[in-house]
Amino acid sequence: MNKDSNIYTLIYASVMVILVALILAYTSETLRPQQAKNEAIDKMRQILTSINVESTNANAEELYDKLIVDTYLINSQGNKVDGNAFAVELTEELRKPIEERNYPVLVADIEGSLKYVLSLRGAGLWGPLWGFISLDDDKKTIYGASFGHAGETPGLGAEIEKPFFAQAFIGKRIFNQEGTFTSVAIVKPGRTVQGKDYVDGISGGTITGQGVDAMLFSGLEAYKPFLTKE
Amino acid sequence: MSPKNKLILFNPLSKENPVTVQMLGICSALAVTSKLEPAIVMGISVIAVVALSNVVISLLRNTIPGRIRIIVQLVVVAALVTVVNEVLKAFAYDVSKQLSVFIGLIITNCIVMGRLEAFALGNKPLPAFLDGVGNGLGYALILIVVGFFRELLGSGTLFGFQVIPDKLYEIGYENNGLMILPPMALIVVACIIWIQRSKDKELQEKN
Repeated sequence: MNKDSNIYTLIYASVMVILVALILAYTSETLRPQQAKNEAIDKMRQILTSINVESTNANAEELYDKLIVDTYLINSQGNKVDGNAFAVELTEELRKPIEERNYPVLVADIEGSLKYVLSLRGAGLWGPLWGFISLDDDKKTIYGASFGHAGETPGLGAEIEKPFFAQAFIGKRIFNQEGTFTSVAIVKPGRTVQGKDYVDGISGGTITGQGVDAMLFSGLEAYKPFLTKE
Repeated sequence: MSPKNKLILFNPLSKENPVTVQMLGICSALAVTSKLEPAIVMGISVIAVVALSNVVISLLRNTIPGRIRIIVQLVVVAALVTVVNEVLKAFAYDVSKQLSVFIGLIITNCIVMGRLEAFALGNKPLPAFLDGVGNGLGYALILIVVGFFRELLGSGTLFGFQVIPDKLYEIGYENNGLMILPPMALIVVACIIWIQRSKDKELQEKN
């Protein structure tokens, strides 16, 4: 058969592409459960970091089961609704109209005092950002935080996932003296803002910092009805 | 193993090293070598991809239509890289997170395409396999050496464990933060090239 004929080339390309598709689909399907488990453990570790608990891949599940005592969803009025708070995809929720959104709340018990872990989603310079913020039992003071990103610039924006950045949030208040919601601002190192708590951004990671700032504001604001409820 | 096959396997480690002699795959050598562990995983991934794609292309070499030769090579490489990426996500999640886009970028690693064009298309599967393993090893070797020095001098650790004793820090030794940054990978690679060329007269250009 003539290897350079159009028919041969077309058939060759089609068969090859179908074969490759089958192989890739098979690989993806077989490895899916293991990958999902890794992702779940990774999420647990981020949640544990946000309540200032160090974990490893091996003990994350155990620590999570021990420390997270309650999980529920809240709707946009701040009322509890049923659902799996760990599995809920916040990105999906944020696509719905505001009234239909449900936000996950995880309650952790740290030596007898309750901490509320809230989930956040935002956009950085190159891709999505996410984070977990835990609040003290007064639901106003930040107890801990952890941030993650899909593809921020290494050494600059990507520094937000380092402990030094997340730890700067500890003790900051998201409501001001008068009880108005203010969130926590990210400012250029050395600058200050009036009327609300702030942390230093990262030099060279300004746009990522603005993304975190916006994510904190809109993300925490969504929880406001829940946080201000008695 | 015949002497010819031995040459195919071991030459890329020294005289025909893809990184230090042919200057291929430098980009990823910068990106993944700030720590030793990702450097090793990247090395192993490239060995697997080059060796397997060499075998596949060598097996198909008499059937591939000339006009879509490069496309066929790309599809094979892309498929293998995707499989490697999925396997890493399942069994080495932390490393796969660190390497993130660089695994995907193996597709564009010049070493892979270079070996397919230069070797696999004209040779039988066994030599093609050895050539792939050899070139992958040559690449991995440089990555590991660079990763070793960058992690040791930049973070004072190897595989994440501290190896520089606390005593040394007490008398004023400090980690060199510059080693973590990408430019130092180039400088370390350059030092390796310098050493290699001063030892191997054949590699030196004659003016």
